[in-house]
Amino acid sequence: MISVKNLTKSFGKINVLCGIDYEIHAGEVIAVVGPSGSGKSTFLRCLNLLEEPTSGEIYFKNEQINTKKCDINQVRTKMGMVFQQFNLFPHLTVQQNITLAPVKLGRMTQEEADERALELLERIGLKEKANAYPIQLSGGQKQRIAIVRALAMDPEVMLFDEPTSALDPEMVGEVLAVMKDLAKAKMTMVVVTHEMGFAREVADRILFLDGGKIVEEAPPEEFFSSPKSPRLQDFLSKVL
Amino acid sequence: MFDDFFGKFSRAFLENNFSGLRLMADGLKNTILITLGALLLGVILGTILAVAKVLPTKNIFNKILAGIANVYIAVFRGTPVVVQLLLFYFGICAKIDIDPVLAAVICLGMNSGAYVAEIIRSGILAVDHGQMEAGRSLGLTYSTTLIRIVLPQAIKNILPALGNELIALIKETSVVSFITVVDITKVAGNIIAKTYEPFVPYLFLALIYLVIVLFATWLVGILERRMRQSDQR
Repeated sequence: MISVKNLTKSFGKINVLCGIDYEIHAGEVIAVVGPSGSGKSTFLRCLNLLEEPTSGEIYFKNEQINTKKCDINQVRTKMGMVFQQFNLFPHLTVQQNITLAPVKLGRMTQEEADERALELLERIGLKEKANAYPIQLSGGQKQRIAIVRALAMDPEVMLFDEPTSALDPEMVGEVLAVMKDLAKAKMTMVVVTHEMGFAREVADRILFLDGGKIVEEAPPEEFFSSPKSPRLQDFLSKVL
Repeated sequence: MFDDFFGKFSRAFLENNFSGLRLMADGLKNTILITLGALLLGVILGTILAVAKVLPTKNIFNKILAGIANVYIAVFRGTPVVVQLLLFYFGICAKIDIDPVLAAVICLGMNSGAYVAEIIRSGILAVDHGQMEAGRSLGLTYSTTLIRIVLPQAIKNILPALGNELIALIKETSVVSFITVVDITKVAGNIIAKTYEPFVPYLFLALIYLVIVLFATWLVGILERRMRQSDQR
C-alpha cells in the first residue's frame, strides 16, 4: 500500500533520515519505535508529505506521491493523521471539527457529515460532547476525537505520531483502546509510539529506527524476545 | 474660559436655526464615511498583504509577492499620512476628477492596510503550526486551511490590536481637510472663523471624537466576547 525507496531527509546539515526502504501492506499495523531523535516522527511525516523528503521515492498505491505531478491533497484524504498534540481546531465545536473536511472537500453534505460525525462519536462514547469546544475536553477525549476526525474522511491508512505521549497516564488506555478497535477492523496503521505494550499486542511488525536508519524489523514476538542488534538490545533494556 | 459658556455654544452652534449643528452633522457624515470606508479597505488590503508575507517562500512567485508586500508596508508606514494624502490628491489625481472624500478613503485605507497587515501577520504567526498541519493532513488545501482554520483563530487573538488601529484611524481622519474634505474638524474651524471663539467649538469637537471612539471600543468589545465563545471551559 505504501512503499518507501531510499528515503532521505536533511534539515540543513543534519541528516535525519539516511536511506530508508520499506514496504507497508494493506491491513498491516506497523509500530515504529526508537530513541528520541532517531527520525521516527520525520519518517512518518514524510509518508503524507507533511515533511518534504530530500531524496528518495514514496509510493502510495503504486503512485509516486513526492512528485510535482501528484495531487498531494487528494492523497492525503486517504491518509488520516493523528498528532501528539491532538491539533483539534479550538474555534470549532467537536462536531464541526469532524465535519469540516468532508464537507469542504465535497465528500458529503453538511447533513450527511453531521449524521456520520454523531455515529462516529457514538462509537467512542463521546456523542454528548458533539457541541462542546475542544478546551472543555480532557486529553484522552481530545485524542479520541482527533482520531474520529481523521476517520471521517474514510482513509485507507492511518498515521499516528506518538498519539499517547502528551496524555496523562490514566488516559492512555482509552486512546489505545480506540486504536485497537481500528486494528481489529483491519485498518492499515503506522504508529510511532513509546507504548511497548501496545506494539507487542497490536502490531504485525515493529520497526526500530536509530540514527535515521532501520536498524531492525521483526514481528513483535521476535522483536522483544530475540533482538539481534546490540543497539536494539540496549534500547529494550532501557525501556522494558 | 468658561465665562459665558452657553452664550459661546449658542453663537457657535445654535444661532440661525442651528446652522452650526447642521454643518457639524454634515462633517460628521464625512468623518464616519471615511472611517468606515478606510477601515474596510484597510482590513481587506491588510489581510492580503499579511498572507503574501506568510506564504511559504518555496517558489519564486511567492517570493515576489512577499517582496511587494514588504515594499508596500515600508512605504506606507515610512511616510506621513498627510504627505500621502497631498501626493495622492493633488499629485497623482491632479488630472483626474476625483471626489476628495473618495480620495481620503483610498489614501487612509491604503495607509491603514500597512499597519493592519503587520497586526494580522503577528496573529497568523501566533497560531500553532500544528493547526496548519492538521488541516493539510485532512486533505484541505493551503488556502482553505488558512481561511477556515488559521485566520479565524488569528483574528480572535488580534482583535484588541485591531481595535487600536480602528481608534487611530478614526482620529486620523481629522487631517482630511488638507485635501478639501469638510469633516468635523474642518467644520469646527469654519465656525471659529466666524465667531472668533475657539474654545467651545474645539471642546465640542473633542467630545464628538471621544464619543465615536468610545462607541467603536464598545462594538469591538462585543465582537471580542462573541469570538471568545470557544474559550469557555
